[in-house]
Amino acid sequence: MNIEAIKNLLYKMADDQLILGHRNSEWIGQGPLLEEDIAFASMAQDKVGQSYTLYQMLNELGEDEPDKVAFLRMAEQFHNSQFVELPIGEYDFSLIRHFLFDTADYYRFDMLINSSIEPISLLARKLKGECRYHSMHADGWIKKLGNGTDESINRLQSALSYAIPYALGIFEESKMEDTLIEENIFGGEILLRERWIEHIDKVISQTQLVLPDLALESPHFGGRYGIHTEHLQPLLNEMSEVIATDPTADW
Amino acid sequence: MENRITLPKLVEWLKEVKDPEIPVVSLVDLGVITDVKLSSQKVIVNMTPTFTGCPAMDYMVNDVKATLKSKGVEDVEVIVSFNRQWSSNNISEKGRKALKEFGLAPPPHYDTIVDIEILEQTPCPFCSSNNTELKTPFGPTLCRAIHYCHSCKQSFEQFKPV
Repeated sequence: MNIEAIKNLLYKMADDQLILGHRNSEWIGQGPLLEEDIAFASMAQDKVGQSYTLYQMLNELGEDEPDKVAFLRMAEQFHNSQFVELPIGEYDFSLIRHFLFDTADYYRFDMLINSSIEPISLLARKLKGECRYHSMHADGWIKKLGNGTDESINRLQSALSYAIPYALGIFEESKMEDTLIEENIFGGEILLRERWIEHIDKVISQTQLVLPDLALESPHFGGRYGIHTEHLQPLLNEMSEVIATDPTADW
Repeated sequence: MENRITLPKLVEWLKEVKDPEIPVVSLVDLGVITDVKLSSQKVIVNMTPTFTGCPAMDYMVNDVKATLKSKGVEDVEVIVSFNRQWSSNNISEKGRKALKEFGLAPPPHYDTIVDIEILEQTPCPFCSSNNTELKTPFGPTLCRAIHYCHSCKQSFEQFKPV
């Protein structure tokens, strides 16, 4: 059992959930509909809760306690994909990101149910059930707005074209990808990407949107290795305001 | 005192601990308490959250400890894990009935996977009509979805299947 490879896998998942969870929470009080406000708030709560469980697992493997790991690292120590740290923008971008990221998330947990590491497999089964609702919600809105008015279709199309290179960055392979696959810890990013494409293609083909030719896109890689956009550090500063003001504060 | 504690008694006492957000259903009927063990030294209660991000979990753990303590059980350990996972299928018949009376549609039983179809055919807890519509799978808490009944023209919440 390769502990470093497992930690690497858990960190990228946990950091993705934590950062996107915080981004989603920025919709609280600002959603275009009350129901969407609640949806993004609920997904934020799910994701932050999921990140906590993953950080707890890392803690059991010898890493620092969850609150410290979540709030006391600098941007270059985070392993999230650049996609999740981008500002929420307008609702069209947040919806497209929700669709593209949560589809990948759902299939990642689906694959991890077969992990040779039992605690990961058990947790994946749990998280897959929760993420199913996220994916269901995203698919519903993409189909509705992707067949809506000229404005909704045009907005979603330009958000999709902008988001795709970042979304492909989700599947950046780790240095330990071969170990993860050989030891049956995780089926690997390439396989995940194939399943992701199959799903997003199926949903988009039911709309008037066009999926860009993925072979022509260059993915925004780097996030898994600590290379981030200028948007991550300000978000981390905001997230850690309480602990920075009073390290002994309880919440 | 210790020697008078029995497993059936413990289960009865634990039935007094209610879900903090749905105070009509016990944690036993909800399926959040997955196992209770009694040894000569102590009582071990196994629990599992409905949703990993459920903010009520800490309250529930404390309520379990406080309730057993009030019955004279001093040494209680609560273990929260995903080894035996919560599924809405684990809610007892008694729990389902209590949910419905509380105005929350109970989750339908499902086989292997929750499909959008079973969410869209949720009977109204107020008038029992099947002429209902799923408005959003997200509600006031992580475990609830919001539906609308076209017969009695009211929104209602559902404890969602997971």
